[in-house]
Amino acid sequence: MPEEATTSGEEDVLRAPLVLEYPFKRTTGPVIGAFLTALREGRFIGIEDDQGKVLCPPVEYDPASGASLTKLVPVGSEGEVLFWSWNQSVRDGQPLDHPFAWAMVKLDGADTPMMHAVDAPHEVMVTGLRVRAKFAEERIGSMDDLLCFEPVS
Amino acid sequence: MTDTTSSEPAPIEIPEGVWSQPEVDMSAIEEIASVESVRSVRAFASLTYDYTPGLATTRFLRAIKEKRLVGERCSETGKVYVPPRGVSPVSGMPTTEQVDLGLDGTVVSFCVVNLDFTGNAQEIPYVSALILVDGSDIPIYGLVREIPYNEVQPGLRLKSVWVEDSEMTTSFENIKWWAPNGEPDVPASELADYV
Repeated sequence: MPEEATTSGEEDVLRAPLVLEYPFKRTTGPVIGAFLTALREGRFIGIEDDQGKVLCPPVEYDPASGASLTKLVPVGSEGEVLFWSWNQSVRDGQPLDHPFAWAMVKLDGADTPMMHAVDAPHEVMVTGLRVRAKFAEERIGSMDDLLCFEPVS
Repeated sequence: MTDTTSSEPAPIEIPEGVWSQPEVDMSAIEEIASVESVRSVRAFASLTYDYTPGLATTRFLRAIKEKRLVGERCSETGKVYVPPRGVSPVSGMPTTEQVDLGLDGTVVSFCVVNLDFTGNAQEIPYVSALILVDGSDIPIYGLVREIPYNEVQPGLRLKSVWVEDSEMTTSFENIKWWAPNGEPDVPASELADYV
């Protein structure tokens, strides 16, 4: 039922926001759990694949061979923008409340990029931009612990 | 929105032959290995609708703001539906006649809830019942209180308990719960059509 109803002009029919929310609880498994644990500690980890390449964020299985991956390694909190797209119309639930860049950021020590928000003016955004992770002050072990990336000044 | 439950019990041992992810090697990241691991996350899947109840239910909600319960009658069967959806589910014809219902009702069937689930504000156990409002022909859901849960039974007569007048809105939540009204039980045989 509507929580706070308003009338829409000509039809005189009620209308109200209705939020349907499923509070799912998911187990992370050991690999994603370690990644989120690292975020809570304000750092990043990756995982080594069969060829010794470091995948960050880590995945449980080698994307090429399907083999189980287990070797977790540290990754830096700074990296490089490989490519990016400008987000002018920010929507609810996105990392920032003002226009920003969605970017693929390859962290130092990693061989694969991760997608996240870069909080920088449009004119500053450029392929190859050096960025640094900005973490939340209070961290609980979730993706939200990583707020965004910012240019390294 | 996510949050984490860190006070999780240790994972149970998985029987042989059942699939599981292998243990990870954390020797290169000792500072992570030495702190409590994240094992689960809360991941809210939230859908925001712009909801309109339609004309008939709008009439119902406007009435409920004035502490009235209003149903609508099927022109062919004479049955009164509440909350009205504007159409008879039996004949498919529009329900055009509004019918004022009573503010009392009768338990048709009920459920004693003993499980505490997320988002539930009620103390358990509590009773959720299908209540046939006086003058209607289809029961609605309601919470039954002010009576021990093990004394609720079909036929129990109830009155609706409302929020303060100042808090009344166009919402079904104007009815806080239902409570015994002191009248004798309705014989089960009279409820046969509504179960």
